[in-house]
Amino acid sequence: MRHALKAFPQLLRTGFAEAVAYRAEFLIWMFSTNMPLVMLALWAAVARSGPVGSYTQKGFAAYYLAALLVRLLTGSWVVWEMTMEIRQGTLALRLLRPIHPLLAYSAENLAAVPMRGIVAIPLIVIFLWNVRDQLGGDPILWTILAPALLGSWLLTFLVMSIIGTLGLWFESASSLFEAWLGISAILSGYLIPLDLFPAAVREVALVLPFRFLLSFPVELVLGRVDRWHALALLVAQWGYVAAALLATRLVWRSGLRRYAAYGG
Amino acid sequence: MRTVNVIRAQLRASLSLAVQYRLDFVVEGLLAILWMAVTLVPLLVVFQARQQIVGWTFPEMLLVLGWFVGLKGLLEGAVSPSLMNVIEHVRKGTLDFVLLKPVDAQLLVSLAKIEPWRSIDLFGAAAIFLYAFRQLGRWPSSTDLLLAAAMLGTAVVVMYSIAILVVSIAFFAVRVDNLLYLFQSIFDVARWPSSIFRGTLAIVFTYVLPLALMTTYPALALLGKLTLPTTVGALVGTALFAAFARAIWRVSIARYTSASS
Repeated sequence: MRHALKAFPQLLRTGFAEAVAYRAEFLIWMFSTNMPLVMLALWAAVARSGPVGSYTQKGFAAYYLAALLVRLLTGSWVVWEMTMEIRQGTLALRLLRPIHPLLAYSAENLAAVPMRGIVAIPLIVIFLWNVRDQLGGDPILWTILAPALLGSWLLTFLVMSIIGTLGLWFESASSLFEAWLGISAILSGYLIPLDLFPAAVREVALVLPFRFLLSFPVELVLGRVDRWHALALLVAQWGYVAAALLATRLVWRSGLRRYAAYGG
Repeated sequence: MRTVNVIRAQLRASLSLAVQYRLDFVVEGLLAILWMAVTLVPLLVVFQARQQIVGWTFPEMLLVLGWFVGLKGLLEGAVSPSLMNVIEHVRKGTLDFVLLKPVDAQLLVSLAKIEPWRSIDLFGAAAIFLYAFRQLGRWPSSTDLLLAAAMLGTAVVVMYSIAILVVSIAFFAVRVDNLLYLFQSIFDVARWPSSIFRGTLAIVFTYVLPLALMTTYPALALLGKLTLPTTVGALVGTALFAAFARAIWRVSIARYTSASS
């Protein structure tokens, strides 16, 4: 473990250099994340004739821009990389290295965050400046935002790792992830603020892990939760992170025994 | 006649290539249904709050969504996979083998790869149309249907031409091979009627990147609300745009210099 911690900063540097080297592709991938803006177009048109629920036109703008920011900062791609490396057999190379492959993956994915930030932050700060009266004013909530974002990133990464590892059992693991994406688009608040759902759907969505991927940090940015509730939610989020970490370990260990390094 | 034969042979080849993976049909089919549901949910939520949005009622907006679902299936099931292959060919230098064949290269690459399970999207679109018209309580006249078919034709041609233009960029800058994904994600905007946008965006999505032409006009045609000048303008514009895309494609392959060693 100490060994791994020593190697981690260098892995981060390498990952960052890679992100810089492929900056054109990187930029295009980032611009492809435009679903919150597509949804904002609809809601902005709807809210022209008056607020919907607790959201005015500006409220919607703030919500979807915050959602876009959270998505850009907490995104990963490890599931695509894993399923490809498993299918092509190149995972064997990673297994030979004296560092846990999942740790190496996490460094690569984490190293892209500064690059994402550099590209996204100026753009979004401008937008958020225009809707700043919609943002929360409580410094405690802004403090909670940092661990909440880290929690979101970890949870996204771990779920991807679990599903990616399932690729050791069956080929269509990336399709399984597609399904997860579809469901989480609805239940994480990516497409629609959760409080606009009918009560029955909302109740379910609030306890499922999807909310902690995106909606929770967004709620903090907009100041839509009070302090104690925010703390309780943070604990719940990290509970899910711990559970996902445990599940990742279990799946990885039993999956590796099946690994046959087919292909390359 | 020869062209028809080539199209048929090429379609058969890419279909038999795809049906090798039978499990994919089930898995990808289920996914297509799931994504259709995901596309519908926001509309259901919005129409809980409002009776109509910028002049569109729920069933009318479903018509736009129906065109969107169908065209998206066509884009991601036939146009994109084939043209992605071109980019791969350019990078590896294997486009030589396509260019050497005594058939038009654009025709050949455009039908190279098809994902037949995305035809589920077409059935989904049909189901959405049926439901929408039952909600409306009336059916389109035969003139409307004819007009809608013509608009569908222009939509497909414009979509395909944009994809050809995007792929042509690959001949100049191979590094930006994911530009086609960017177009796919921008196409997501076409799920709403174009009147949702105002100002600059409205102009962009009508004239620069004519998403309005792809889903809003066919929906208006089905509703019998498409005016004659708009129809003529759309047809002429589409013909010009397709010719332009074809010209750019020819300039691009002229620049191709076989990247491989």
